[in-house]
Formats: sequence, C-alpha cells, structure tokens
Amino acid sequence: MATIMYREALGQALAEEMARDPNVFLMGEEVGVYNGAYKVSKGLLDQFGPKRVMDTPITELGFAGLGVGAAMLGLRPVIEFMTFNFSILAMDQVFNSAAKVLYMSGGQFRCPIVFRGPTGAALQLSAQHSQALESTYGHFPGLKICTPGTPADAKGLLKAAIRDNDPVIVMEGELLYSLKGEVPDDEDFIVPLGVADVKREGAHVSIITHGKMIHVALQAAAQLAKGGVDAEVIDLRSLRPLDVEAILRSVHKTNRAVYLEEGWPFVGIGAQIVDIIQDEAFDYLDAPVLRVTQLDIPMPYSKNLEKATKPSAERVVDACRRVLYLKD
Amino acid sequence: MAKTESGASARARARTPNGRESRLDGYDRAQLHVLLREMLVGRRFEEKTAEAYAIGKIGGFCHLYIGQEAVAIGAISALRAEDYVITAYREHVQALAKGITPRAVMAELYGRADGCSHGRGGSMHLYSAEHNFLGGWGIVGGQIPLATGVGWAIKYRGQDRVCICFMGEAAVNQGAFHESLNMAALWKLPVVFIVENNWFGMGTAWDRASALLDIAKKGGSYEMPSAVADGMDVLEMRAVVGDAVNRARADGTPTLIEAKCYRYMGHSMSDPVSGVYRTKEEVESHKTRDPIRAFIEQLREAGLLTEDELQPMDEAVRAEVDDAVAFAEASPEPSPDTLYDHVYVDTNVNGRLFFDARGRGPAAG
Repeated sequence: MATIMYREALGQALAEEMARDPNVFLMGEEVGVYNGAYKVSKGLLDQFGPKRVMDTPITELGFAGLGVGAAMLGLRPVIEFMTFNFSILAMDQVFNSAAKVLYMSGGQFRCPIVFRGPTGAALQLSAQHSQALESTYGHFPGLKICTPGTPADAKGLLKAAIRDNDPVIVMEGELLYSLKGEVPDDEDFIVPLGVADVKREGAHVSIITHGKMIHVALQAAAQLAKGGVDAEVIDLRSLRPLDVEAILRSVHKTNRAVYLEEGWPFVGIGAQIVDIIQDEAFDYLDAPVLRVTQLDIPMPYSKNLEKATKPSAERVVDACRRVLYLKD
Repeated sequence: MAKTESGASARARARTPNGRESRLDGYDRAQLHVLLREMLVGRRFEEKTAEAYAIGKIGGFCHLYIGQEAVAIGAISALRAEDYVITAYREHVQALAKGITPRAVMAELYGRADGCSHGRGGSMHLYSAEHNFLGGWGIVGGQIPLATGVGWAIKYRGQDRVCICFMGEAAVNQGAFHESLNMAALWKLPVVFIVENNWFGMGTAWDRASALLDIAKKGGSYEMPSAVADGMDVLEMRAVVGDAVNRARADGTPTLIEAKCYRYMGHSMSDPVSGVYRTKEEVESHKTRDPIRAFIEQLREAGLLTEDELQPMDEAVRAEVDDAVAFAEASPEPSPDTLYDHVYVDTNVNGRLFFDARGRGPAAG
C-alpha cells in the first residue's frame, strides 16, 4: 500500500497498462511534452516515447474519431479530453461511431477505447468549463461509464477500463487530482466495472452518489451523526454497468434514500436511480426518494454564486432530515 | 465566374504516369475485362436494388451509385487485399469492389441474417472484417477521422498498408474533414482521401455550398499532395489512385484526390432523379459519358473486347445479381433473440448494462 495522489494513481494505471500491453497508447492535448494539463501523464512521454504518448492539435472531434478508427483495428487507445466540456465537440464520434460500430457491423468490429478526463465543476471556471456530463454519456447503449472518487478507485477503474473490450468513459475530477489516498501496489489490482462501494455504513438513510460528490456525502454524514442520524454512503463508482444490487441492499436496510450528484436535475443520473428504487424497492420505502443536484442554471463565476449553485453538505443534510421527517 | 453544370462535364487534367493517350498500356486483356465486369456487376446490382426498393423489399435510406462505377472500381483495383477501405453511405459498389459478395450485400439490404452486417446495418452500414471493408457510415464526414485512425494504426504497427477514404464533395465542408486532413498530413498517415465530386450534396449544387470550388486546391491547406481525376474514366481513376497508393505505401504520405463524376439517380431512392435541383436534360447529357459504355467503346476500338466476349459477360453478371436477390429472399430474418447481441463485447460483467424491461431485475415481472 502507498499513499499517493489521485493523479499519480491514474498515471500509474496508464504506465502499468502501457507496459503490459503494447497496443495501449495515450493521445490528447498536452499529454506529452507538457506532462498533462493536470499532470496525470507526467513522465509517460519519457518512459514510452512519442508513438505511444501523442500530443494532438486542438481537434477533439478529429482525434476522438482517430482513436475509434485505431480501435477498430485492434489498438487500445486512451483518448484524453482535457475536460469533458471539450468532449462535446467530439460527441459525433463517441455516440455515432464508438458506441455503435460493434452493433452496426453485426459484431465484426470492436472498439476497445477509453475516453478519459475530468468532469464537472472545479473552482470558478464558469459556465462552459464546469459541466457534469454523466447523464449525457449514460444515455447511450454501447458505452460504459465509471466515475472514480478516490485514488484507489481511480487506479483500479482506469485499469479495468483499459482492459475492457468496449468503449469506456472514465470521468475524473479536477478537484480530485490532488486528493491523497491509499492505493494497493499490486499491478493486477483492478476495481471491476459495475461494483459499487459502501464508503460509510449506516442504518437510517442511504446517501447514494458517485464521483467527487462522495466527499460531500461523507461531510454530510459526519454532520448528521452529530444529530444522531446514521447515514450510509454508497459510492456507485460505475454508472454503466450499474450495481443495482448495492442500491437495493442499502434501501432494504435503511428504507430512505437521497441521491446526490453535481450535475443538473433534469434527467440527471439520480433520476434514473430514483426510477430503479421506486420500481424495484417501492415496498421498502418509508419516504419519497429525494435528490440533491446543482441548481438548474449554468454555473456562475462569482465565488458566492458558485457556492450557492453547487450541491453542499448542508443541502444533503437537509434532504436526509426531510426523508426522515425530522423537524428542526 | 461562369456556372458550370457539373464538374464532370469539364475535362479533368489528371497527372498520370503514361499520359492520357496510352492509358491502356500496362494492362492485359484479362485485367481490363475484370475491370469491366466489376463495373457491370456494380451497375446491374444497383439497378436490381432500385427494383427491390420500389416493391418494398428494401427499406430506409438507399443511395445508389449508378454513374459513378468507375470511381470505386478504378480506385479499389489499385489496392491489395490487406489494404483498407472506409466510406460513407453510397457504398454498395465500393463494398462489392472490395470483395464482399453480391449475395452478402443484397441480403444486408433486405435486412436478413446472412447480410454482411447480419441485418443490423442496412444500406448505409455495410461491414466486412474479412475484406477489410470498414463501413458504412451515415453521418456526413463521420468516416474521415476514422480513416486517420486506420492510418495511425497502420503506422503504429509499422505496416505498409494503405487506407482509402471515400467521401462526397459536400463532406469537404465538415469540420471533421479539416481536422482529419491536418492530422494525416502532420503525422504522415497512409490515407488516400478520395472525394467523389458528383456536384450535388443531396439537392445543393457544389457552387451553392462552397466558396472554394477546386477541391484539390484544399490539399495546399495541409501541405498535402493532391490530384484531380476524371471519375467517369476507370483507367484514369486506377492510375491517379495508384500513384497516391504507392506514395502512401512508400512513406506514409497521404493524398487528396478529387474524382469528378456524376450520379444518374437521385440522392437516394426518396429523391427524384431530376426536376427539383437539376433538369432532365442535364442528367441525359451526362449519360452520354456513361463510364461503362465509354470503357466498352475504348476497349472495342483498341481491339480488346469483342461482342462474343461482352454478351456472355453481361449475361453472367445479370445471372450473378439475380442469384444474389434469390439468396437474399431465402435468407432468414434475424431472430429477435439476438436484439441485445453486439451492443457490448463484454457482457459478463457485474452490474446492470441495460435499463429497459429486459435489463430490469426480478421486479420486472
């Protein structure tokens, strides 16, 4: 075990998988000479050379499609979007090519590609640089998606994603890159897709969430504990495939749930989770399932406005108290 | 600037090694007959496709290649079997030229299980891994970045293969074209980009869509070699594409080729042949330069084709196409049990992948 940063965990995953399989290569803006916009790929160009760590022009649609074409021939590209906000330019290739080529070809052409980068908000980056796109990517059959929130999960999920034979979207977070945590040394340490993690066991209410919001959920749980409420925190880790059993197990135990996400409310990830809970665990619920999300507005710049827009531990605590019918 | 009816009516000045006059040099009789036969297969196949579509055997969008046969057959004849072709959706004849059988293509158009995409793709999404035919793409220009990826993979593996990327002239204005050609030139990716300029992007003439009409000139934007070819002349296509293929194979240098051609049918089976955006007279005038008839005349004049050779060839081609239709008719529909196959490769995963009734847990009932 070593205590390392989330960005180092990702970098290790890349280095290990590139050493293990010569078909794996990394491509994106500033991944090589600059050592990565967020230093995830630091040292990889020196270690593997420019054929395998390739700096691109600012050409998201082009290099996303280049990755898909190479994957169709059996290479295993890791395409970095500097942030997923920029991936919007590439969506034709992700949705119309990567997600569909296996199906349209009747199984003849695979697309073992990884698209990775940070999603969601950082600090005061404003409307165009703060978007959480999990729902958008989650909508399309043919894609898999994971959202690591800790260094160990980042390393394990990225390795799993690279080894997966389907297109996998690995959604990280700028605010997570400096987060430290314990990470196993074993080069075969994998966090499989489709397996959630109980980040905090509890009995009274299930806070279900993904990505960087697990840390907000844990803050909320700590505050709730002071008031005698024992919250369970479920980190989905993987959105597609989705660990439905973990969600249902938790709701069966606590009978109350709150979904927390940093994206917008309309057709957010939580909307899907709430549907699953009401459909498959209706008789276990003692209250409606509530959701805590970003306010339904573009992200503003000013510090105070941004703070009010993002989901906070206070809003999670409030939602939990409401499903517990606790009056202040 | 004077409006021209179409690019195909202008004499293209292609740079070929031997020059226009002696283009037949270097081919033997058998090779020339193969080229003719392939063009005849393409023509008869598309004619049959139109008939089948008209009686409801083929559905959806169906874009016919009639008139453009020389482009596909000429270009693909310059390739080896291990080279790749990727294209848009006017692709039936390109697929046939790359080696997919008429049976497999027709069965796919019919949506049957024996189609080359097992009924999943249809007219716009023909694929064959066996023949290195990489589809079959419906979004205009979507195949172009994919082609650069194919070129990237070839170079990554140190191979001397080549990828031909076909597109229509209207795709040239998509951002994806620009991004892809820049990377192909910057990184020397062995891709031959062939623009089939049939002058009409659906109903919009090229001079209504583009500030710059000279497509070959666009190569200069990327320091990429370019060429123009008469797309109604199969041997000129073969020569010009052959040069580009050799260049790519030698050191990875890509080329942009404008093949000036003309489609005799509408944009798709839903589009009229004439009357909306082009006149009947214009279409008829282009038929006087039918690439197949022109090639037949060229071979006859050179003493390289007799009536005793042409008749049986055409009859055999018609029989082959009829056989393809019979095969398609007899092929079974794909089973609904296979609906969820090939959405993912790795389905034996933890967790749930599908969120409809089929994917739901025990509560689905």
